[in-house]
Amino acid sequence: MDDFLLRALAGGIGVALVAGPFGSFVVWRRLAYFGDTLAHSALLGVVIGFLLHINLTLGVIAVCQLLALLLFLLQRRRGLAGDTLLGILAHSALSLGLVLLALAETLRVDLLSYLFGDILAINTTDLAWIYGGGGLAFFILVLIWRPLLAVTVHEDLAQVEGIAVDRINWGFMALMALAVALLMKVVGLLLVTAMFIIPAATARRFATTPEGMAGGAAGCGIVAVVGGLFSSYYWDTPAGPSIVIAATLLFTIAFLFPGRRT
Amino acid sequence: MSAEKQQAPREEVLIRAEDIHLSLAGREILTGVSLEVSRGEILTVIGPNGGGKTTLLRIMLGLLKPDSGRVSQTRGIKIGYMPQKMHFDPILPLSVRRFLTLSAPRPGEALVRALAEVGAPNLLDAPVQTLSGGELQRILLARALLREPDLLALDEPAQGVDVHGQEELFDLISRLSHELGCAVLMVSHDLHLVMAATDRVICLNRHVCCTGHPGAVQADPAFLKLFTPRTLTNLALYTHQHNGHRDPATGKECNHG
Repeated sequence: MDDFLLRALAGGIGVALVAGPFGSFVVWRRLAYFGDTLAHSALLGVVIGFLLHINLTLGVIAVCQLLALLLFLLQRRRGLAGDTLLGILAHSALSLGLVLLALAETLRVDLLSYLFGDILAINTTDLAWIYGGGGLAFFILVLIWRPLLAVTVHEDLAQVEGIAVDRINWGFMALMALAVALLMKVVGLLLVTAMFIIPAATARRFATTPEGMAGGAAGCGIVAVVGGLFSSYYWDTPAGPSIVIAATLLFTIAFLFPGRRT
Repeated sequence: MSAEKQQAPREEVLIRAEDIHLSLAGREILTGVSLEVSRGEILTVIGPNGGGKTTLLRIMLGLLKPDSGRVSQTRGIKIGYMPQKMHFDPILPLSVRRFLTLSAPRPGEALVRALAEVGAPNLLDAPVQTLSGGELQRILLARALLREPDLLALDEPAQGVDVHGQEELFDLISRLSHELGCAVLMVSHDLHLVMAATDRVICLNRHVCCTGHPGAVQADPAFLKLFTPRTLTNLALYTHQHNGHRDPATGKECNHG
């Protein structure tokens, strides 16, 4: 097998392992649009990273973190409906990224690779980011798993029972921002949300515990990555979208089987 | 029994709200509300919809900040809380066992015991989405009891439960609070069902209309003004069935206006 394909597989599997548990929380907490917003801001991170001559992944992570913090602070003071706020931030961040990109004349980036990902171009530095950053995000998620789940089920009840709800919520948003920045590499900013929600929704059919669903989602994600890369290698289809289509096929197949009743 | 309790020397106050004011979007929700719950007593806040009952409870639990006024809790007390309108999204697979241990791990025997106490045995491994209204309220009560609380804060504990089940549930709450020696602060929109299970009633419609022993409150003009003739018909029926529980002449303390 070619080296680039091995790296693509390793990167894709790493990302799927992270996307499984985070994606489960995305569907449990109805955060699909939040993930989308973070992803839309990622292009801004790429441009800023380039202009400031810092590592582009670092730029994306920094911008996503700032946006997550901004959203967290804005959502604590009510007034605007959550999805209106997200819509404003998502599209203004994306537009700002595109405008800055056009203004920076020396910057010639392959826009498509950021929109739809470029898994076949993953190098060893990217792999280090995926496994280092992803490992860190996964580790912290495991540490806050129980309180995060309590907050997800009922925020007020969790708070009365002594859980620091604000700290947990902010911590999770920061971890999400990190996960989004890593997922970007594989499926691109337009398809990040798909990697979160499709495997998780597939796993729900067969899961009886939250952890089972998170693990199942990681498994479904890995199958989708392998399937998508296979299709890309043999039929020359674009890798990122192929992975998403593989995930959707898996979801459809899962629906044809009788699932467990909730 | 409860009338004597009121005249007895002041017991230890677990939680106290003083002169609470809150407006939301220019609308006054609570004006000058004061309230305290003593160890071991069952206090019910009743009042019409929109009267600020749930808001007051949320302020007392620290979930909402009032515009002015203060809430103080005795240091180190534990509160078990039963929120209003619990809804479980089918997308999250969760068993009763997991629900009961969400904020802290607990041994299996403790869970079995708690479920037996609330009259919902055999539900430990049921998915929470399959519970009936009555079962759900019992599971919520079990989760609150597992904290070995000094105070139970219950927001409409009988919602989604049929009338027969409601009476059972209030009897259960009353019995458990006596057995476990914990105080109860309960919010309810109708008095007649909680009557037998409560020591003291506060009638709330943005301000405290009247407070006292349930029988006394029921005869208070401020209370009568709040409830429609239809409600009162039900109330009268209930009074007829259960008039052994209270003495309408005692425990009255009206600070209306």
